Amino acid sequence: MGSDFLKFLNCPLEKLSNYQIELIMSEHHIKLPEGSIEKTTTTLNLGPTHPATHGVMQNILELDGERIVSTEQTIGYIHRAFEKLAERRPLAQITTLTDRLNYCSSPLNNMGWHLTCEKLLGVKTPKRVDYLRVIIMELARISDHLICNSIVGVDAGAYTGFLYVMQYRELIYEIYEEVCGARLTTNIGRIGGFERNFNDIAFQKLEKFLREYPKVLKEFENLFQRNRIFMERTMGTGAISAERALNYGFTGPNLRAAGVDYDVRVHAPYSSYEDFQFNIPVGTTGDNYDRWLVREKEMWESLSIIEQAYRKVQDLKGAEAEVYHADVPEYYLPPKADVYTKMEALIWHFKIIMGETEIPAGEVYNSIEAGNGELGFYLISDGGRTPYRLHFRRPCFVYYQAYEELIKGSMLSDAIMTMSSLNLIAGELDA
Amino acid sequence: MALTNETIKARLTEKFGDQLSHVEEPYGMLTFEAPKELNLKVLNFLYDDEELKFRFLTDLTAVHYPDKKGRELAVVYHLHNMTDNIRIRFKVFTDISQPDIYTATGLFSAANWMERETYDFFGINFVGHPNLKRILNVEEMDYFPLRKEFPLEDQTRIDKDDEMFGRG
Repeated sequence: MGSDFLKFLNCPLEKLSNYQIELIMSEHHIKLPEGSIEKTTTTLNLGPTHPATHGVMQNILELDGERIVSTEQTIGYIHRAFEKLAERRPLAQITTLTDRLNYCSSPLNNMGWHLTCEKLLGVKTPKRVDYLRVIIMELARISDHLICNSIVGVDAGAYTGFLYVMQYRELIYEIYEEVCGARLTTNIGRIGGFERNFNDIAFQKLEKFLREYPKVLKEFENLFQRNRIFMERTMGTGAISAERALNYGFTGPNLRAAGVDYDVRVHAPYSSYEDFQFNIPVGTTGDNYDRWLVREKEMWESLSIIEQAYRKVQDLKGAEAEVYHADVPEYYLPPKADVYTKMEALIWHFKIIMGETEIPAGEVYNSIEAGNGELGFYLISDGGRTPYRLHFRRPCFVYYQAYEELIKGSMLSDAIMTMSSLNLIAGELDA
Repeated sequence: MALTNETIKARLTEKFGDQLSHVEEPYGMLTFEAPKELNLKVLNFLYDDEELKFRFLTDLTAVHYPDKKGRELAVVYHLHNMTDNIRIRFKVFTDISQPDIYTATGLFSAANWMERETYDFFGINFVGHPNLKRILNVEEMDYFPLRKEFPLEDQTRIDKDDEMFGRG
């Protein structure tokens, strides 16, 4: 077999039969002299500060040549004890913690948290608030998927796409900035609605985005979708079956790429998602290419949802067209001018800031479709000013444990792409 | 026929009788409790039953209630039936001096890290777990930080007095 092996090596790959290729693969790639005490595999420390991990996480890979034999993932490098911190904070102050989960789409986490609080407190939001939230959430989804898909490109060696779309993500950040004043860790919205109404500039920027972005997305798609090098790098790598994906608790685009059409926006609609028409793109093989395609198609769906929501906002008449928060003085801060001049407003302001308003005791699980899948908040309130216990169900944390199964036996370079196409965000992973 | 909380309740009582307790529906989600020795039996039944089909583990975590003597730690499972799109919450309570609970890793691969996280923060010993060690905290840590006996702020500080605001 040894001499056969050498013969194959000089032969062009396409001339080999599958059996011969398998034979090569079954060979150990590192040959040691007789009696050597070295091992035949190489240990490679990928991370915690390796640029290809796009975040602080470590993988101790056992390599046979370029093939991965096994891996051990170490996480927790940016663990910030959010669940413990949340036990000392009134509900409104926890929003800033959720910003720092998946920081590529903070508004989604913020809205998820507000919706959880509203479920606990029994707050009903007006339609306009729902639609404005949908606009912000779908913008955040686009920026999240855009990062992920362009980073997959970077890991395949195509830097242009990434650099090009960044200036269009900027348009999304400018809209956030107009609405809430922040760009990355947004702390957008409040329990019951938004802290202030959207101004005209925000809507102009939204229109600009809706006008300019589709063209760019199409161009970005043309760079990758049918690009032969990209397809060959991504197809068949990092694949997972629907059964295994479900068993591993996959949600979001990664699950849909494996062919399961589970989407929280449809299965448990929140924020009036039932008013919108959109498709859920699904893949078949669950590999890197399908994950890329699902995210790409979802961006188009998000664009269509934003357009529908914007039209619905414009169609609202009278008082409905101005409202931007629910009428809940117990939880929603009064206007600052009133705080300085009116006794009632001052009292509410003080009570809310000090966390002295009545919070009902109860247990709530609420989830939203975040950029990476089902982001759940399990909130237990004992009626005190702070949650008794808060647990974040972070989609990243749940599906990253499948990484070893996804990359076992594949090349090191494919493992890097698998990691980026899973859209692993260290902030969400470690909480 | 779509599955409802009532049918699930009926199926469960049929199988486990009065061993299930604290059956409630806070915010519409069916919640119930079982003795901790039964946790795998209940999970298996929920998984295998042709009608129930709770085959997706959404979340697994724990809660610490220091005042409940003999049942200080609760392990909470959130399960999802994706065919009928219904969720349930299932709890088991354990004594803090012997927090042994059977692992669910045989049923759900997703439980692996979730249980490691729960062990890391609450010290629940998942019996039969393939790799039960700390996941987010450093391995040298010798306590379980999310238990209520560990206050968030340094208790020796005297410059911060919250007594005035009813939270001493």
